[in-house]
Amino acid sequence: MEMILFTIASAVAVFATLMTIVGRNVVHSLLYLILSLLAASVLFFLLGAHFAAVLEVIIYAGAIMVIFVFALMLMNQGQKTIEQENRWLTPGMWLGPALLALILLAEVLVMIAGGHAPAGQTVDSRQVGVALFGPYLLAVELASMLLLAGLVGAYHLGKPMLDRNRQRRQP
Amino acid sequence: MIDTGIGSPAAIFGILLSAITVSALLIWVERKLLAVWQDRIGPNRVGPFGLLQVAADMIKMFFKEDWIPPFADKPVFVLAPVIVFATMLSGFAVIPFAPDVGVVDLNFGLLYFLALSSLSVYSMILAGYASNNKYAILGGLRAAAQTISYEVFMGISVMGVVMLSGSFNLRQIVEAQRDGWFIAPQFLGFCVFLVAAIAESRRAPLDLPEAEQELVAGFHTEYSGMKFGMFFVGEYLGVTLSSALIVTLFFGGWLGPWLPPLLWFCLKTGICIAFFILVRGSLPRPRYDQLMAFGWKILLPAALFNLLATGAIALTVARI
Repeated sequence: MEMILFTIASAVAVFATLMTIVGRNVVHSLLYLILSLLAASVLFFLLGAHFAAVLEVIIYAGAIMVIFVFALMLMNQGQKTIEQENRWLTPGMWLGPALLALILLAEVLVMIAGGHAPAGQTVDSRQVGVALFGPYLLAVELASMLLLAGLVGAYHLGKPMLDRNRQRRQP
Repeated sequence: MIDTGIGSPAAIFGILLSAITVSALLIWVERKLLAVWQDRIGPNRVGPFGLLQVAADMIKMFFKEDWIPPFADKPVFVLAPVIVFATMLSGFAVIPFAPDVGVVDLNFGLLYFLALSSLSVYSMILAGYASNNKYAILGGLRAAAQTISYEVFMGISVMGVVMLSGSFNLRQIVEAQRDGWFIAPQFLGFCVFLVAAIAESRRAPLDLPEAEQELVAGFHTEYSGMKFGMFFVGEYLGVTLSSALIVTLFFGGWLGPWLPPLLWFCLKTGICIAFFILVRGSLPRPRYDQLMAFGWKILLPAALFNLLATGAIALTVARI
C-alpha cells in the first residue's frame, strides 16, 4: 500500500518538475513547481517525517512560492516572455541535465536493488527540536545569522525609498 | 447501527455536509444579525424570518451567466475558486468536534491548519493574476502581502498554547484545558490570533483585498455565477473554520458541564462566529499601510513577547 502511494507521489513530483521546466507560461510553470513541492511533502509524510512534511508545505509552498508568484505577477510580460522561452529551449540543452539526472537514477536503482533503502520511522516534533538545539546548534545559529544578514540587507535596499516617502510627506 | 467513530464514512460525510450547510446559512445569519445590531429588520420576505433567503441567493447564483472573460488565463481562472473551497473544507478534517467525533486524529493538527491556511492564499493571488484586470491584480497583491504577514503572527501566537499543552495535536490541546481554558494564561496570544484570523479570512474590517469602495470587488471582480459563489461560500467556510479553531485552542473545545460535548462545541463556535460578524458591523476598515504597520510593529512584538513570557513561566514555575 505504502509503496503504491510512494510511487504515485514520486510520479507526480517528477512529472510536475518536468512540466515546470518545459512550460512556456511562467505562472503555469510556477504552479507545477508548487505541485512538485506538495508531492515532495507527501513523500516526507510517507517516510514518517510528518514534521518536515508540514513544514515543507508551510514554508516552501505557502510562503516562498507565494513571493515568487507575487514577483512574477508584477513582471509578467505575457506573449513576449513566451517567445523568449521558445528561443531558449533548444533541443541540445537537455543533454547536460539529463545525464546528471541519469546518474542519480542509477544511484537510486542500486540502492533499491541492494536493499539499502532507509526504513521509515515516525519522527515527532520533540525529536526535531532536541536534534536542532542539541548536536546541530551551531548550524541553527549560522542559519539565523544568515537570515539576519538578509534582513539587514533588505532594510538597506528599502531605505532610500523610505527616506523619499518621508521627504514627500514634509512640505 | 452506523459507525460514527473518528474517520468513519458517516462522520466524514456528516461533517462535510454540516460545514457547507452552516457556511451557506451564515449568509442569512450575517444579514439578520447585522440588521438587529443596526436597528433594522433585515431579510424578511422569503419564508419564515426570511430563512429561505439562502435558497433564493443560491438559485440566483446558479442561474447567472457563468462566463470566463476572453482576456483571462482560462485554466488558472477556473482553478482559483476551487483552491479556496478545497483548502477550507479539508481544514475541517483536524477539528476535534467531540471526543469521538472527527475525521482524523492527526499529531500535527495545528500545523496542518496553518499549512492549509497558507495554501489558501493562492486562490486570491491566482484569481487576481488570471483575471487580467488592474483592480483584480491590485486585490491579489494586497491579499498576498496581507496573508503572508498575518500568517507569521498567527503561527507565533499559537506557540504559547503548544507550550502549555505540550502537543500539536488538537485533541490533546483540548484535553490539556481541563483545569482551565487557555484564554486566561494566553490572553495576549488570543488577541493576536483573533486579529490574524480575521485578516486571514479577509473579513471586514480587514477586507482590503476586496475593498468595494476602492477596488470594485478586488480579486474576484471578473467572477460571476457559481465561481463567484465558491469565493463567497469559501469566505464563510473560513470564518467557521477559524471560529472552530479559536474555540479549540482558547475556549476548551468540547469541554463544559451538563450539556453533551458536541453541543458545547457548536454553541461556542456559534458565539465566536457571531463575534466575527459583530466586528464586521462595528469597526471601520484601516488604510492599507496602517494594516501592515499594525501587523509588523504591534502584533509581531506582542506575539514574540507572549512566546518568551510563556516559555519563561513554563520553564521556571510549571517545569513542563
